[in-house]
Amino acid sequence: MTGKVINVVVAGLGGQGVLTAADIVAAAAFNAGLDVKKSEVHGMSQRGGSVACDVRFGQGVYSPMVTPGEADFLVVLSADQVDVNRRFIKPGGAIITPDDIDENLLADKRGLNVALMAALSRRLDIDESHWIAAIKASLNPRLHEANVRMFQAIRAAE
Amino acid sequence: MSSSPRLLLSGNEAIALAARNAGVGLGCGYPGTPSTEILERFSELGGKAQWSPNEKVALEVGLGAAYAGAAAIVTMKHVGLNVAADPLFTAAYTGVNGALVLVCADDPGMASSQNEQDNRRYAVAAGVIMLEPSDSQEAYDFTLAALSISHGRRLPVMLRVTTRVCHSKTIVNPAKPDMKWKAEFQRDIARLVMIPSNARKAHRRLRQSLNEVAAWNEQSDLNVVFDRGRELGVIASGIAFQHAMEAAPDASVLKLGMTHPLPMQRIRNFAESFKRCVVIEEGDPYLADAIRSAGIQVESKSEMYRFGELNVERVRRILANDVSPEAAPLPGKPPQLCVGCPHRVTFEALRDLGCIVAGDIGCYTLGVLPPFEAMDTCVCMGASITVALGMRQCLPPEQARKVVSVIGDSTFVHSGLTGLVEMVYNPPASGHVVVILDNGTTAMTGLQEHAGTGRTLDHKPANRVVFEDVARAMGISNIRVVDPLKDAAGVSAAISESLASGELCLVIVRRPCLLAAKRIKQYEAALKDGK
Repeated sequence: MTGKVINVVVAGLGGQGVLTAADIVAAAAFNAGLDVKKSEVHGMSQRGGSVACDVRFGQGVYSPMVTPGEADFLVVLSADQVDVNRRFIKPGGAIITPDDIDENLLADKRGLNVALMAALSRRLDIDESHWIAAIKASLNPRLHEANVRMFQAIRAAE
Repeated sequence: MSSSPRLLLSGNEAIALAARNAGVGLGCGYPGTPSTEILERFSELGGKAQWSPNEKVALEVGLGAAYAGAAAIVTMKHVGLNVAADPLFTAAYTGVNGALVLVCADDPGMASSQNEQDNRRYAVAAGVIMLEPSDSQEAYDFTLAALSISHGRRLPVMLRVTTRVCHSKTIVNPAKPDMKWKAEFQRDIARLVMIPSNARKAHRRLRQSLNEVAAWNEQSDLNVVFDRGRELGVIASGIAFQHAMEAAPDASVLKLGMTHPLPMQRIRNFAESFKRCVVIEEGDPYLADAIRSAGIQVESKSEMYRFGELNVERVRRILANDVSPEAAPLPGKPPQLCVGCPHRVTFEALRDLGCIVAGDIGCYTLGVLPPFEAMDTCVCMGASITVALGMRQCLPPEQARKVVSVIGDSTFVHSGLTGLVEMVYNPPASGHVVVILDNGTTAMTGLQEHAGTGRTLDHKPANRVVFEDVARAMGISNIRVVDPLKDAAGVSAAISESLASGELCLVIVRRPCLLAAKRIKQYEAALKDGK
């Protein structure tokens, strides 16, 4: 491993948009010119069950999986997935949950994954333009405007 | 080579891109996690891709393409190669003219499979060259290398990948290959007709070729040494290499890219230059056994690490000889049949009727979980019909009469047809009831088409295999087709009447998968618009 690697675990239930959220953070890091690895498991886990997705980025990344006890951030779309994934968080690591989102800024519940990425983006040193490009690359064009607006509002909050 | 774009791709996407850039003329396979997206992406990129009814068919079609001089890739999950093993072993004897790359995706840890077999064993058993990429860049590069080696050696090549290579996205700089293929039939009876007199020569020819490949592999740049320290040596391949590089930053690492046939002298030279040399591999101790059989001293992992996936933490434990019990991760929420899934009605009926249910492979295997618990066996694709027939043949009559086979539409196409033949040819005294849960898609793997949907891989119109017509043609006359949404009671009635009849019966419970219904309507609308 060369240099510091940021480890993010995104978790939730099948159908909540976990994979898209992870795609956005991975694409943002990619756009910033970093080495990126993103890992997920498909298949039966999609049928409403627990889904977790790992994103790692930095100057050089080997394993695509986040090692338990080494996650800088755990982002959950469903509060009941915190306990299941708690073992991944490093001492001092942050947990981001739907409670961290100002409900007034979340126009549509289906945008929760993007909203949580906005909350995450405040804590990462990746330029806003890379996030916007990542959102556009990961979502259907008709969702771009509303999601970018929400992302910027939540990112600017606090 | 021009400067290549920097892309963030999954391993599956990288394999598809390499195949497309290399001018692969035909991609075929059967959907199976974690391999499914390869052919879908290959098709999106403009490649000619098609779903076969099963992996044996896919491999034979791909073999034919390669006999004809084209480059072919054939994709499947690990258990699919069990179905395709028959052509594989003899394809190694005949060899190919164009190129044949078998992409075989293992699922260590069984995220979505019924076993965690290690298909590296197949490469040895069949005498097939095997490459193992460890990330998406290598998935791209090794696909090109596999095509090139296959053509150069006139032999099939297996690209063995695993879940974390297939489904992890990593950065790829795709070099543009310069490969040209020309399909043209050339008669070569001695090579392509495997009667014993030809096959005896072919086997010797294969072993000679593998010896030559092994010698070539000693110098091949598919294998790389990462010189990082003099204390500890690690030998690894595939995803285990990535974990090892991170877990042991001061170890030197020999990364093996071609893992059959092995470059044994190179391995010996590496291992002997360290006081301690450890093999890090996921699944079976394939590398460690082979290396030790050659008289080379290496350490292998403890048996406890044979089970499940490896990760950085487990590799650290292996290197520390730590065999203390591992903390079991908290169980997450298990998967379940979707709310409103049309399969629910059938499993409620089977539960309430007290049936003995031989199940099969697909979303509907979840019928084994509460609140249904309406499944008693699940082995492999198609076994619902045949396992149930065996039970019917031997159970006492009062139990035999309750046995039902439950199979999905895609699984029926895959390997249910031969089961129906068995039922017609060797009917149990108590008759039998086969239920096809026809949701009009291969739902489990992400909504792929099959011969029963009447659409091709890219959702264009195709000839449709109609299950009730096939059954009727085989001589099964008791056929009931029910819509579980419009007539839930009818599903229960159809099953109980069929059971009571004591005859050979087929019940087709037909209603599109909730997740597929909208897409199916779009495909049908596009068809009407003449697109």
